[in-house]
This record gives sequence, C-alpha cells and structure tokens, in this order.
Amino acid sequence: MTLSSVSDIDASQPKHLADKYAIAGIGETAYLRGSNRTTRSMATEAISKAMADAGMKASDVDGMLSYSSGDSTFSPFIAGDLGIRLNFYMDVFGGGSSTEALIGIAIGVIEAGMCKTVAIFRSMNGFSQVRIGGTGARSAVPVKGDEMHSRAYGWQAAGQMFAPTFMRHMYDYGTTPEQVAMVKVTHSQHAARNPKAYYKTPVTVDDVLSSRFIVKPLHLLDCCVETDNANCLIITRAERARDHADRPQALIRSVVGRACKPRIDMHYQHGPISTVAGHYAKEILWPNAGLGPEDVDVTGAYDAFTFTSMLQLEDYGFCKKGEGGDYVSNGTIRLGGKRPNNTAGGHLCEGYTHGINMVIENVRQLRGEVDDTCPIGPDGKRIHTHDYSDSGTCRAVKDVNVTANLGWAMPGTGSAMVMVKG
Amino acid sequence: MAQITADHLGMTLTIEDLDHENKDFFAYCAKGDFRLQKNPNNGLVRYPPTTRCPWTGDPDSEWVSVEGKGTVYSYNEVHHAIQPAFKAVAPYMLLLVELDTQKGTPSEFEGLRIAGNLVTADGEMAPPEMVKQVGIGSRMRMVMKKLTDEIALPMWTIDEDAEQPAKPWRYAQE
Repeated sequence: MTLSSVSDIDASQPKHLADKYAIAGIGETAYLRGSNRTTRSMATEAISKAMADAGMKASDVDGMLSYSSGDSTFSPFIAGDLGIRLNFYMDVFGGGSSTEALIGIAIGVIEAGMCKTVAIFRSMNGFSQVRIGGTGARSAVPVKGDEMHSRAYGWQAAGQMFAPTFMRHMYDYGTTPEQVAMVKVTHSQHAARNPKAYYKTPVTVDDVLSSRFIVKPLHLLDCCVETDNANCLIITRAERARDHADRPQALIRSVVGRACKPRIDMHYQHGPISTVAGHYAKEILWPNAGLGPEDVDVTGAYDAFTFTSMLQLEDYGFCKKGEGGDYVSNGTIRLGGKRPNNTAGGHLCEGYTHGINMVIENVRQLRGEVDDTCPIGPDGKRIHTHDYSDSGTCRAVKDVNVTANLGWAMPGTGSAMVMVKG
Repeated sequence: MAQITADHLGMTLTIEDLDHENKDFFAYCAKGDFRLQKNPNNGLVRYPPTTRCPWTGDPDSEWVSVEGKGTVYSYNEVHHAIQPAFKAVAPYMLLLVELDTQKGTPSEFEGLRIAGNLVTADGEMAPPEMVKQVGIGSRMRMVMKKLTDEIALPMWTIDEDAEQPAKPWRYAQE
C-alpha cells in the first residue's frame, strides 16, 4: 500500500532553535491507584521536585503550561502555592500528544520574550477521580449532538475508538496478536527495573493473550494502567539550564505539535486508517532534527495500548510500513536491543500520565541519571551495570546521545520530539 | 435551549434545535430515508454531517438519498462495555461499513464509512452467534432503528441477498 508523500510541508521551525533549549528539570510524584489527595497537591509536589532538579528557586520560574480535560487544577493555584509569580501561563485542553506540543509552545513564548522559564505539568487522578478508561460518571452522561455518531453506538472509550485502526492494521499487513503483545512483555521487563512503576512484574505473551477481552483486538493487558500522579518538565534556554545545574543537558532538537491526518474530525473517512499521524509528523520531525530514525538510541512511543507504540514506531519510519509487528517483537525495543522503547515501563506499566513520564525517562537516559536499583558508588552516583539479563537490575542504556518521543492523541493526531545530549 | 431527545437502550440522546445539520440528518433517518449532504458544486457526498464541504470548504449543500449498502471496512467488538446502556448487550459490534457509493473517491483511500452497530433484521442488537458471522469484507445493508418521529439511528445487518465472502476476515484469536 502506498500513500501520497507530504514532503512539500514547510518544516518551518527555524533550525537556529535546535539545541538552544533544554529540559532543565524533571519531577514526578509516586504512581498510585488511590493518591488520596488533590491534583493541586500532586502538581505542587511535581513542580517543586522539578525545580530542585533544575537547581532553580520559585523566582527562577515565571511561566506555566498545563493540559487536562477538566480533570486537573489550573496554573494560578499551583503557582500561588509555590510562591511563583507568573509572567505567562496557559491551561489547555488535551490529553496525549499535549506534552511535546506544549514544549514547542514554551520555546515559542520564551523566544517571544514573554517569560524566561516555563514549568509544564500534568496532574491527574486518572484512577480515583476521572477514570481515564472512560468508566464512571463520564460514561453515563447523555449523548449529545455530534456524539450521536459515536457514543450512541457504544463507541466512546479510547480503546473502543481506536480499535478499528488496530483491527485494520492486522487485516492490511497480517500483524499478529502475538507480535503486538510483545510491546507489553517488553515494557513489563523494563518496569521490573523501575522501583516507581505501578506494575513491576514481568508478563509473558500468553499472559497478554489469555487476559480477558476489553474490546477486540485489545485484551486487558494490551491496555495501559489507570493511575493517579503528577509530572513536571521545566523548559528554558540551554545556557540558563547550565547556569543552574552542572550536568549533561537534554537539549531539544526538534518538535512536532499535534500534526494531523486529513479530516481529523473523522479520519476513518479519509484512510488508510492503518496509517497514523506520524506519517505526516515525521516530515517535520526528522528534517528539523537533521537526523533520522536510524540515529535514535532510545524511543518513547506512547503506549496507551500496545498497538499505539507499534503504529507510531512504524509510521515515523523506524521500520518499513506494515513491519511494525516484527519491529516490536524481534528484540529491537527491549533493553539490550538496538533501540529500547519506554525503558521505565511506559503507560502500560509505570503509570498513565498522557505522555509526560516518557519524556522524563528519556531526559534521565540522556543525562545518564536513570533511577534503577543499580548500586550507588562512593561519589553518590549510581554505577550502572548494563546487565539486562533476567537477573539484572539496570535499565540505563549505554551511550545515549539521541532520543525520540512519539506522542499519541488518537490515530489521526500525534506529536513528537527529538532530544540530544549536550 | 430547546432540544429534541430520544431514549435508546435506556440512554438519553439529545440534539439541540440550533444543530441543524444533525437534526436534519436524524429526521430523514426517522422517515426511513438515509440522506447525506452533497456539495452541488463538485458532487461529493460526505459523512457524518458537517457545516461545509470537507474537501473545499464550500457552504452549499443539499440532502440526497444514498443507498445503504456496503462492505465492512473495519470493526471493533466490545466485550467490556463502559456505558451502562450497553452492558446488557455485550459483546456488541461497532461496524465501519464502506458504502458502494463514492468508494475510492475523491482519492484512493477515501470512502463513506458509516458507523453503526450490528443488529438483527428488525433492528435489535445482534446476539453473540450473529456477531461471530461478521468481519471485514462482509456485505451489509442498513436498518433504521426508529426511536421517535425525529430520530432514528442507522444500523447495519447482514445483507442476506448479497453474495458474502466465504470467510470474512476476523480477529485471529477467536
């Protein structure tokens, strides 16, 4: 199957911004089912930790961005709690794919002289308040207007909405359930080396395929975990990041924010539905990065479902179109493989954050500061063994210079980012 | 805000009076007439209802009757229903049926892919044994599930008069 190229897209991010901005600070709460506190409380913790990580005080942060679907706390409350006086803030509507898009926006507002440092946060009680899987109060509200063409048919939850794309990929390319299950198997092996992960027990292909069906082709273990947590990233110019913290920095090389397929309102009309937004986004991501998939050491392909990682890795060009099933099951994406994916366990195992924890993990990989359980040396730094055998505890990848995050909103919309060590 | 409402499987459906596109669409359905908006300037028909032609942005449109026949393009099969209304009818099927009308137009991968549940010929949600018969490639015909004089939902049932594939494509693990 061929699809028209979009190489005439004007990839207009000025290349002079490549590597000029850094993710200076990262912060996260525990990943829980039952936080027993507000999104406001969790957000202040995550931002506070990110500021400490960046070596910054409240007066060093003057911008704030957040995303939610009405299930979080707005920036002014968070900034107030932390003693931050804002020169800029905005709270946007959105879930997956927001992280990378907001990083691009943060760079833009700093370039515009509107502020100097932006804290981006996502705080959610995705288990104990607004269930991310769509159960609870949201499932019972009346069907209204345009929803008459979806929710009226019992077509509402993310898995239900995406499943026709997953199914059609299997039809078009012969992708097998066993291949796709390897995404969960691999991420569970990674999570076993992450003390913070919600699910730390490795699973097998049989475990995935024998778990109950949620919506064909998704078994329970093809779906991510719903958790309560907050994450934060602090974005500022690279030299400012270096002024505050002496360490290898995670520099932002290239960003794509919510690139869409045609007819995003109803992408099933346009097709082919087994192709996702990454097909378009890659025409911005790689040219602006000045490198390609073959140069990437670690990926963070959004795993709301096992299929979403596979589809994105394929459409961003990590393998040929239609070969995603092989790519995710041939050893490439596991620790010790050529290009590990979601080394902290991702949404399937670590916790569900709408994408931001996958960026945090790649920052850690680029810095060489992965928080696994390898022994800590006399200088207080972890001595990574790079032992990826079943008995090993290491999840730090050797010599990471380039990472890619592939964010997913839905089959028709995605965001992405390349970071480099600098 | 005035609105029309209907009950389907115990769930409330609402369309506000100012939502002319959806009101017209479902009102035609209630008359047993499946109509879609056509841009008279290029002849292209679209689904679901929109305010303008998605290919040109043209505001002109007219409702034209379209034959409710096509082939299953993709589907899902819900085993864990989350909406209360659907718990009693699981497993149920959501079908995307590609109409014969305008298939592959205006570009190779485009088509009118109409959503709907798999139902019996008289519009009831399909029993489990019927769900197992339908997959990608199955030939379907539209059935209107009439709820009120103003709202009917387009649904899909097996087209008994059509030539069916020997084995429609279904998910591997049955």
